Amino acid sequence: MSETEQLKTTPLDALHRSLGGKMVPFAGYAMPVQYPLGVLKEHLHTRAAAGLFDVSHMGQGELTGADIDTALETLVPGDIRGLKPGHIRYTVLLNNDGGIIDDLMVTRPAEPGKENTLYLVVNAACKDADFAHIAAKLPQAKLVRHETAALLALQGPQAASVLGRFIPTAATMGFMTSIIAEFEDVPVRLFRSGYTGEDGYEISIPATSTEKVARALLAQPEVQPIGLGARDSLRLEAGLCLYGSDIDTKTTPVEANLSWVIGKRRRAEGGFPGAKKILDQLASGPPRLRVGIQPEGRAPARSHTEVRDEQEHTLGEITSGGFGPSVNGPVAMGYVETAFAKEGTPLTLIVRNQAMPARVAKLPFAPHRYFKS
Amino acid sequence: MSQMRFTKEHEWIKIDGNVATVGITQFAQGQLGDIVFVEVPAAGKVLKAGGEAAVVESVKAASEVYSPASGTVNEGNAKLPDAPETVNSDPQGAGWFFKMTLSDLKELDGLMDEAAYEKYCAELH
Repeated sequence: MSETEQLKTTPLDALHRSLGGKMVPFAGYAMPVQYPLGVLKEHLHTRAAAGLFDVSHMGQGELTGADIDTALETLVPGDIRGLKPGHIRYTVLLNNDGGIIDDLMVTRPAEPGKENTLYLVVNAACKDADFAHIAAKLPQAKLVRHETAALLALQGPQAASVLGRFIPTAATMGFMTSIIAEFEDVPVRLFRSGYTGEDGYEISIPATSTEKVARALLAQPEVQPIGLGARDSLRLEAGLCLYGSDIDTKTTPVEANLSWVIGKRRRAEGGFPGAKKILDQLASGPPRLRVGIQPEGRAPARSHTEVRDEQEHTLGEITSGGFGPSVNGPVAMGYVETAFAKEGTPLTLIVRNQAMPARVAKLPFAPHRYFKS
Repeated sequence: MSQMRFTKEHEWIKIDGNVATVGITQFAQGQLGDIVFVEVPAAGKVLKAGGEAAVVESVKAASEVYSPASGTVNEGNAKLPDAPETVNSDPQGAGWFFKMTLSDLKELDGLMDEAAYEKYCAELH
């Protein structure tokens, strides 16, 4: 049996192959890394019009129980109690050292009967461990994984007008809100969120109807299918973290420059894993920080590239780096000692044993264009 | 008359007497996808057969280009660093990487001719 035969597939596997998707193994799934359009044009198309991404490999689930928001707050630093019905919050699962187990989206559904429920979307590579962790830590809550639900992302400045043709209320939803709706006759859960820096949606769909929804969206003239290659370059330009590269169990949210995920009330009250370390870092500064890094030449600097100051002293390493098609040049992010984290600080990157000049850059590289209602 | 030979790493070498031009193949550019950065060797650089000679990067990944034969670089393609996409559009023509003077013509005997290379690529699918 070949490697690809052992991989799991999403409900869109046959569609990807019929569209000419180049399938690669990713987090145990066969996923399209690109289509015939190619990574560069797929990226630019998403920023100009609308791109459709299959992200069905991600983990979806519902967590239900009495005071479920208070319960989840024992695992994350976000203000979940303050999350309004129909709203989404980006947060992180923490270990006892304040390290990030995973980053995730938490939604409080607005519909009747879901008052004690939170909807979770976690990373594909982490989903088994995340759900096991949550179940073990919150035994009083009921966790139902939605293993047959697919997830599509429709991203780009024309995403709202495209989806509005099928679901008129989609176009007026606020950024980081969620509704249930019908796409033709298919029940879906819409999230106005994404991983590209553009306006757009993530759409949870029953597996058996996913291809129908995907085909209907792809039939719209603005929409192209987009693979994992462009998904990565889009999120890198948007300054968004990739779990396992930019954040992991060895990084705290403060070091990751994600302090904004720590709710105001949570800063005062603590009560999340690693709170002492994280609150100390908030008060007196972390030893290192995730920053944007702009190489000065044309050569991309990839992850694990060593970052030095101008005196050959190692400051850290690049955690995500490559070519930004919208920037039309190399872009990167990584960790540096906090004293070197100020925008404009000169850095040296060691690429193929050669010193290459770079600077600390403001994130994002491509401006966020989220919907403002 | 010049002749073209190919490596298993998907470089081509066009031989004219003891001088040769080197690049990556149509198959290689298709596998790499959109090429966004190229680094070519400087004139005078001494290359060994199978040794690192140049760098080619797509949006997603960096790859080495190996020299198909030993010798000395006469010139790198100065137009490529500013127009790396030429490697996608004309890999076996204007997208050449470097020209070199060969030091051991016998090394070429180990390389594939066009028919053998086409067969080799077909088996990779």
